Amino acid sequence: MKGWTGKLIRVNLTEKTIKIEDTNMDDAKLYMGGRGLGSKYLYDEIDPTIDPLSSENKLIYMTGPLTGTYATCAGRFNIVTKAPLTGTIGASNSGGNFGPEMKFAGYDGIIFEGKSEKPVYLHINNDTIELKDASHLWGKDVSETTDTLLLENEEDAKVSCIGPGGEKQVLFATIMNDKDRAAGRSGLGAVMGSKNLKAVVIKGTNGIDVNDKFKFMDATKDAKDKILANGVTGIGGGLPSYGTQVLVNILNEMHSLPTHNWRTSRFEDGDKISGEFLADNYLIRNKSCFACPIGCGRVIKIPDGKYKGIVAGPEYEAGWAYGASCGVNDMNAIDKANHVCNLLGIDPITMGATIACAMELYDIGVLSKEEIGGEMKFGNADSILEWTEKTGNREGFGDLLALGSYRLAEKYGHPELSMSVKKQEMPAYDGRAIQGMGLEYATSNRGGCHVRGYVVSPEVLGIPHKTDPLETEGKAGLLKLFQDLTALVDSSDICLFSTFAIGLPEIASMLRASTGLELSDEEFLLVGERIWNLEKLFNLEAGLTKEDDTLPPRLLNEPVTTGPAKGKVAELDIMLEEYYELRGWDQDSIPTDEKLDELSLANKALA
Amino acid sequence: MNIEVRLFATFRKGRWKNKFIDFDDKSNIKDILDYLNIEEDQVSIALINGKHSHIVEELKDGDVLALFPPVGGG
Repeated sequence: MKGWTGKLIRVNLTEKTIKIEDTNMDDAKLYMGGRGLGSKYLYDEIDPTIDPLSSENKLIYMTGPLTGTYATCAGRFNIVTKAPLTGTIGASNSGGNFGPEMKFAGYDGIIFEGKSEKPVYLHINNDTIELKDASHLWGKDVSETTDTLLLENEEDAKVSCIGPGGEKQVLFATIMNDKDRAAGRSGLGAVMGSKNLKAVVIKGTNGIDVNDKFKFMDATKDAKDKILANGVTGIGGGLPSYGTQVLVNILNEMHSLPTHNWRTSRFEDGDKISGEFLADNYLIRNKSCFACPIGCGRVIKIPDGKYKGIVAGPEYEAGWAYGASCGVNDMNAIDKANHVCNLLGIDPITMGATIACAMELYDIGVLSKEEIGGEMKFGNADSILEWTEKTGNREGFGDLLALGSYRLAEKYGHPELSMSVKKQEMPAYDGRAIQGMGLEYATSNRGGCHVRGYVVSPEVLGIPHKTDPLETEGKAGLLKLFQDLTALVDSSDICLFSTFAIGLPEIASMLRASTGLELSDEEFLLVGERIWNLEKLFNLEAGLTKEDDTLPPRLLNEPVTTGPAKGKVAELDIMLEEYYELRGWDQDSIPTDEKLDELSLANKALA
Repeated sequence: MNIEVRLFATFRKGRWKNKFIDFDDKSNIKDILDYLNIEEDQVSIALINGKHSHIVEELKDGDVLALFPPVGGG
């Protein structure tokens, strides 16, 4: 088969052994790559009940059959493991240039097992693979680590690494690559830190063969033309012009921008934390990942203070978490806090949302100034930077913030004030005002997450068709479609943002030409559904139940107070029942034998 | 009737962020777009008081109209 390299690297960190093995191509045909194939390896090789931070957990880097090819937005790869924040399967994808370099070096993936006694990093130069001492890197931030590794190795190698957050096992630590791209959610960096694995450095010089070069060029040109002609993704479009933060004003105008830890849904100073404001005041230039014609990345200036410099700007959800959620209207402070997350290697969504939760605990008198050793007031711009630094380094009260909002709020007797699902913080879209997103948060296989089924597209943006965000009817089916398609996108390993302009037919065409797999569009979509069900099986075996498919009480019981959704709560029950039916699951959320059989998962049926 | 018109993203270029403007009673979104010299097909999202609204929807005194070109993110 083409598209894949057909080789994996297996590294046992306990034994310090490195083996090259063939990629399981039977599984690759069923799960593609990236999130899907990585999940299949994880499901087959670990007991889902293990402690995520124990040596029994595995950390799997996996590319897809489009990664590193000429396909549009094909710069992505996934990291899959059991996630410490949620206890669910954890898969997080990242852009930049690291994923393609894995393919150029000749590998579909890398599987890390066991735990090293001392800090190490893996160095790969095509066929030469070596574990090297990383003692001198331990304690260094992501930027310093990357620079040091490039000086010590090939200057144009690509680096994926953890910062102090991962080393100290902050439960929402990230794994960063190319300095400012993140496998960001669910705490994968803590798993890497628990294994004493500081970094992976790759230099590759091989090409990637595809099955039918002419058809592949035609398919990629078609996709690229559509992306470039699209109002969102094309030249002069909303995404390249303003980045993802362009969403702030839309969600705020709809009264759907969760504010002050989701107490309200509109932030008076929304425009000051918007993509428009960022572009007018801080933007230096755009930045693209590998093979991306969109360029949504922001290169911005931090004009003052100890972080003064040219850095990566925040994405919408990060800007929201530090901004509206914490009631902070100071873009300069938000930019700095986001940059510190990139340096320390922690997830700005969970970080900002955890600070917002602490701010509410402080506001209602549960936390005191004496207890935390500082201020924690809504709207305080200094606080977001201070607590981010202390959390990444696990200093003082930051040591507790490092556990995320759920464990924090639970410790103080108010778990209901954690705006999380499966212990992961929900991002920047109010599930009471956008009903389908409420269902997405409740059912996402990695907990509170917007990019497993981004029904914001139809519910808010009108892509591909407009639906009423306040309506519940039809949302279960819409969400299922988005979740299945996204699983395919994440496993082909192209960027989800390409789907503002292209859909299943274009993606399937690129996959067919790349791999030679003669699957219909519907059969490719079934790959996505198979992946979704495998992830669900992992979570069920890990001990999660239907009770975990829920939302914070605030969304279920406290109505929105302003705007078109005034008086609305998330009408989860009715949508969830329909969702389970459409998924072919029983009302305890367990996939039926018929569904597993249809998906070639029959041998995975729960005991 | 007096309407607050709010513009976002590229619609602000050469225009402004927000203005209170008097329109004839029963003016609809299309009438306001004509006044602003914005083509109908350039508008991706039109919100009246935060609610997604069709181009022929009429406004009333005191309404807030928010207009967006095609945008996305996430």
